[in-house]
Amino acid sequence: MAQNIVEIKNASKSFADQEILRDISLEVRQGEFLTLLGPSGCGKTTLLRLISGFEHPTTGQVFIDGKDMVDTAPPLRHVNTVFQSYALFPHMTVYENVAFGLECHHVPKGEIPERVMAALAMVKLEKYSQRKPKQLSGGQQQRVAIARAVVNEPLVLLLDEPLSSLDYRLRKDMQLELKQLQRKLGIAFIFVTHDQEEALSMSDRVVVMEEGSVQQVGTPREVYEEPVNLTVAKFIGETNIFDTEVVSLFEDQILVSIEEEKHTYLNKGGFALGQKVHVVVRPEDIRVWDQEKVKHESNMIAGVVEEVIYKGTTMDLRVRLKSGKWVATTEFFDEDDPKLEYHIGQKVWLQWMPGWEVILPYEV
Amino acid sequence: MKYDSHFKYMSLTLIWVWLGIFALLSFLLVLGVSFLEHDATHIVIPKFTWSSYTFLFHPILLKIFGYSFVVAITATASCLLIGYPFAYFLSQIHIRYKSLLMLFLVIPFWTSSLVRSYAVMAILKTKGILNTILLSLGLIHEPLQLLFTNTAVTIGLVYNLLPFMVLPLYANFERLDERLLEAAEDLGASRFMTLYRILIPLTKPGIYAGIMMVFLPSMTLFYIPDLLGGARSVLLGNLIENQFLFANNWPVGSAISVLLTFVMGVMLLVYWRNSQRSDNKQQVLL
Repeated sequence: MAQNIVEIKNASKSFADQEILRDISLEVRQGEFLTLLGPSGCGKTTLLRLISGFEHPTTGQVFIDGKDMVDTAPPLRHVNTVFQSYALFPHMTVYENVAFGLECHHVPKGEIPERVMAALAMVKLEKYSQRKPKQLSGGQQQRVAIARAVVNEPLVLLLDEPLSSLDYRLRKDMQLELKQLQRKLGIAFIFVTHDQEEALSMSDRVVVMEEGSVQQVGTPREVYEEPVNLTVAKFIGETNIFDTEVVSLFEDQILVSIEEEKHTYLNKGGFALGQKVHVVVRPEDIRVWDQEKVKHESNMIAGVVEEVIYKGTTMDLRVRLKSGKWVATTEFFDEDDPKLEYHIGQKVWLQWMPGWEVILPYEV
Repeated sequence: MKYDSHFKYMSLTLIWVWLGIFALLSFLLVLGVSFLEHDATHIVIPKFTWSSYTFLFHPILLKIFGYSFVVAITATASCLLIGYPFAYFLSQIHIRYKSLLMLFLVIPFWTSSLVRSYAVMAILKTKGILNTILLSLGLIHEPLQLLFTNTAVTIGLVYNLLPFMVLPLYANFERLDERLLEAAEDLGASRFMTLYRILIPLTKPGIYAGIMMVFLPSMTLFYIPDLLGGARSVLLGNLIENQFLFANNWPVGSAISVLLTFVMGVMLLVYWRNSQRSDNKQQVLL
């Protein structure tokens, strides 16, 4: 009935004198893939442990399926966790590991084999049911951990950086599999990661955390294209940041100065005259023109190519501006620019489509 | 490099020589003596006989064996029941208190265990500390006869041997991955389920090692039954002592020693085979 399967209201958590989480409010919707994203030590794992019940909030409340969890111990919450190190029971076979949760919940004996094998089939490990965890590869152990959790049909599955110890290729495969599994099961996944690419590619919504508080909650597109502050902008993707101030203001537009050039932008943030702002531009939004071939227009910034990095699908440049600041650009090979040939020392113009920039209030 | 290998051979040789003289050679002497004859005027007569071993099947001796086993098993079980929670607790507490508690556990080692057994006597005797406390609390109306019973022997053994149970268990608990207990809880396991299905199976090596360390000495610590069990309590340890020192019957004393060594050997073999098997398993797994 409750549309939000998990609700956290004004939760704070302190260990000794250290505040780990600060006034967190968060809703997790039924059946969504939610990612808690942030650098290590930002409190994302602690937040997950508030939901699983291994930590209690110092202040605030946690609701699961509409019920206050204040007095509910972890075994009685209908959530399961996939631990970072998998935490498989080394003395039990894969089958016994997966069956353990069912036995704890007193599932009828006759039902257990069928459910265990179904869970193992889901992660394609039926053949390995009699092996011990140590006889499996990292990726296989990971799947056992997932099967062991989902076999209990939790309301929410919590995943604590489950892919961090896998190598790159395997991680990519597991990302896809997890996403498919989540769609198939239709339950909410709360996924903790510090890898922004992982967060963007898997999630329905991303919660960006920093130093114990939630910075922004939104779809991957929202947090990438419309970051609400500098922290989010810097943490997700590469950014070029110009520090400047509003020089003049008319109707719905503002004029700012970047590299001694006047730039006019839509005043989406309601900025005032004289206010200091950051203009944030993603490398892939910047177009690069050869100064010998293209004439100077407004909103163009002059620079010198300092580094050329061929990346297969893209051509990345580092361009040094007059002020000494450098800017990163990323251009895709397409029918307009099949070659994209640059050389170090080349004089170029940088330009981006008005409106593709993000203007944020100044932060120290 | 060369110096290292010289040093290695020297220290290894020293250990082998030491063990050869004081363990192997002395055991061979005991084994030899156990097959010799004996009479009232001679400690040993150099003539081969099985009589010492057939004497082991005398009903009185069988009764003493049985008795010793019961006492050793009771002492070991008590040590396990007390030591297991203690070792777990010790592994869980803050590092600052940990070293303090470890110190308390080890301090008695620095006092002679003979002295400590006298201390146990002082506590248990009719007008001792324990009876005085129980009487003044009104829990009992007349002093308990504790000293010179098998209960006293068991208490003495548990007191002396508890650290030997706690230390291997503690080492095992320290190595245990805490997250496994969390995972069990996360999967809905009750405390009992976590203990029975996760904690105990994972601390089996510690439990086995602890049992070995307590059970074997329980049967041979002769001064504890001597002091706390009084004249009536004859266990294997002081039986051997009696045969050598008072009855002057070295062959029978030796035969009992050989039997005890044999029992211990079998136990060690079982333990070794067990740990060997789990090692092998782990190697395959890796």
